[in-house]
Amino acid sequence: MTASLPLWVDVVTAVLVVAGALLALLGSLGLLRLRSFFQRVHAPTLGATGGTWLLTLATALQFSFVREQFFVHALLIALFIALTAPITTIFLMRAGLFRARLAGQDVPQTVTEQPTPPT
Amino acid sequence: MSPLLVWALRFALGCLLLAMLFALVRLFRGPSAQDRVLALDSLFVSAMLVMLTLGLRYRSSTYFEAALLISVFGFVGSMAMAKFLLRGEVIE
Repeated sequence: MTASLPLWVDVVTAVLVVAGALLALLGSLGLLRLRSFFQRVHAPTLGATGGTWLLTLATALQFSFVREQFFVHALLIALFIALTAPITTIFLMRAGLFRARLAGQDVPQTVTEQPTPPT
Repeated sequence: MSPLLVWALRFALGCLLLAMLFALVRLFRGPSAQDRVLALDSLFVSAMLVMLTLGLRYRSSTYFEAALLISVFGFVGSMAMAKFLLRGEVIE
């Protein structure tokens, strides 16, 4: 409100925010439009990784200039998502694989396939 | 706050609202339970991004605590549902 930030801070923040929101929208569009569950699992990761990091960087930049000290507090959120989103995705993928096997769909019978040695 | 940033934040909020609507459609439509769990997880992540954008808009650091809480709850909820779909119960 009272602090006037240099213009480049606002421009960079605006670019990062728009890019992050567009990535999240793209991920959700993929979630809506892709044809099978195993294709759809990949789509929200766009928002979880790109969207989160870009928005966290935007907040870190903006708040560092507003408060005149480094505000890396927001990167904690991005680190937490980076640690937990792969766990959730892999777990959900395994659950989907298990249920697809039960339903008799054409999926691999084991999660790790033994590589066939060259003859 | 320059008009460019104000409009960028409005645009970002509109994009994230649309993203949440798409996830909601998948939640209703998804032919299997794991599709719905995926849509719910995506809703949680989009809500967290909305919290971050609002924190930028109102210049208050309370929204980051809210975003962290949403991400924690989203993780726990999605993990519990995925475990239930895999095993039939959450804690064995």
